[in-house]
Amino acid sequence: MARTSRILLIGLAIVLTGVALAAELPRALTVAIALAAGLIAMRALRRTAVEDDAAPAAELALAAQATSAAELAAILQAIDEPLLVVEGRRVAQANAAARAVLGEHIVEEDARVALRHPAAADRITGAAPGDRPIELVGIGERDRRWELRVHPLGPTQRLVRLADRTGVYATERMRVDFVANASHELRTPLAAILGLIETLEDANGPGDETVRARFLSVMLKEARRMQRLIDDLLSLSRIEADKYRAPQDRVALAPLAAEVADACRAGAAEPPKIMLDVAPGLPDAAGDRAQLSQLLHNLVGNALKYGKPGGPVRIAIKAPSPGMLSLAVADEGDGVPPEHLPRLTERFYRVDPGRSRAGGGTGLGLAIVKHIVERHRGRLDIASAIGKGTTVTVLLPQATVEVLGERLSA
Amino acid sequence: MANSYGHTVKAFDEDLTQLRGLVAEMGGRAENAISGSIEALVRRDLEGAAGIVQEDRRIDEINAEIERHVVRLIALRAPLADDLREVLAALKIGGLIERMGDYAKNIAKRVPLIAEAANVEPLSILPPMASVVSNMVHDALDAFAARDPVTAQQVCETDRTVDDFYDSMFRALLTHMMENPTTITSATHLLFVAKNLERIGDHATNVAEMVYFAATGEQLGERPRGADALAATQR
Repeated sequence: MARTSRILLIGLAIVLTGVALAAELPRALTVAIALAAGLIAMRALRRTAVEDDAAPAAELALAAQATSAAELAAILQAIDEPLLVVEGRRVAQANAAARAVLGEHIVEEDARVALRHPAAADRITGAAPGDRPIELVGIGERDRRWELRVHPLGPTQRLVRLADRTGVYATERMRVDFVANASHELRTPLAAILGLIETLEDANGPGDETVRARFLSVMLKEARRMQRLIDDLLSLSRIEADKYRAPQDRVALAPLAAEVADACRAGAAEPPKIMLDVAPGLPDAAGDRAQLSQLLHNLVGNALKYGKPGGPVRIAIKAPSPGMLSLAVADEGDGVPPEHLPRLTERFYRVDPGRSRAGGGTGLGLAIVKHIVERHRGRLDIASAIGKGTTVTVLLPQATVEVLGERLSA
Repeated sequence: MANSYGHTVKAFDEDLTQLRGLVAEMGGRAENAISGSIEALVRRDLEGAAGIVQEDRRIDEINAEIERHVVRLIALRAPLADDLREVLAALKIGGLIERMGDYAKNIAKRVPLIAEAANVEPLSILPPMASVVSNMVHDALDAFAARDPVTAQQVCETDRTVDDFYDSMFRALLTHMMENPTTITSATHLLFVAKNLERIGDHATNVAEMVYFAATGEQLGERPRGADALAATQR
């Protein structure tokens, strides 16, 4: 009698492992179920040694069932993905993650009370079996997206697994948006260039000199804009590729800021007012010189574009806290309405699309700044007051002595 | 409560659990029909709309099943106190959800008739109104699942927002019809769609009231009503 129950238990253990492997559960879950199966088998074998055929088979089986149920509960609790064990239609067990998402009341309830989705109801009760996961929207919070899978554990028992797909969905939407935005931005100057070329084909008489010159200059401007956009896209992807490696060079911010200010003044017919305010005796920053120069160019460029015409733009460099350096670029422009602030660093996000494009902006400047700051393990803060101006503050880590030591030994 | 101690007759517990399961499934289907019908309307998805009309049969079937179940349960188990409230609430909520399903079906049926609705500006008011309404239905059913009187009360308070939406939709459509008499057919259908949504909101409130009653044994007080849209425009 006891022997048959033993064989049954070991059989159950093997079946459990098989089911776990066949159902393509995630690795952690497979290991957990295999472990439970192993424990059941061990217990069955140990019983043979100690009790031999003394215990009645039914009692033994019952005890093994109880321990395996407790072990299954313990294993479910250890997994942080929402999991339900459904017996027939009743929710027999739910781990903490499932109770957090679906509510504390779901244990012992009908599975349809826990998961109100029509397709889910059919799948869980076994009315509509299938391997494809079911997409559920609005469980827990309204805009969360889940993927539901059901794995049979026994004749009436089923394991219901919920995988959070909110992040994947958001990433996918961001990717689609990015492709759409980038193509649109690239197409706009191209359309202008193509139109002008078509017109130029007709305007090649001797009297069309001035028209030709004007069209060519517009074409040059549009081509440059396209080039800037592609450059920006390239530098974005380069910064992203490097983001796991913190830059280790020593960069003196004050001379760099002066250099950038000079470069910005040089281009214009009427040099804008750019003022530098550097605290004395500052240490160097740990950074990448080329990227910090680009960061300053973008910030000062923005301040000139959206600030009061002709300046002033203030660049302030300080050491606000030990180990950090702060670099603030302030303008005296119209400011940015507060509702736009959180989205300013998104790619192609513009507060005023017409104005930004007219100024030759690519919509990528602040996105690049954000990525550079992230790569430098720094912080970016944008404060703005309507009518008073905008201040962008970047916190960067100071170069430590160790950085120098590393460089010397390398 | 039925599920904290359990009844001496275990089958009674199972009956109650199954009843709640049926109501929840029906609710899930109605929720899907509501959001699906508005989506079909906005995207002009005729197939999706036809699917919703088909699906409504299943909601009606489940409602009939709930009714049979409740009659059997009362006859065999003679439930008392909170059990009786729960059974009665399930019966009434079933009826309410069935109506919500009908309204959603009605919206879906109008999709092919509103072919030129793209020209009717007030159409843009519908999606936000529908999202408020489906949130209400969702929360009311969540409250039912969790036997949660607090959420139920919040649902009742949201109904004012839906009524306000309906009023503004009514006015916007009226103005639109006066200015563009050619779109009167579409605009009238849209008005019915808005009215259906408003009715679904009312029914969600009624569901929430039943949940509150089943959970606490008390009736929720009378809601304050907004100004009548018709009276307001006559002024």
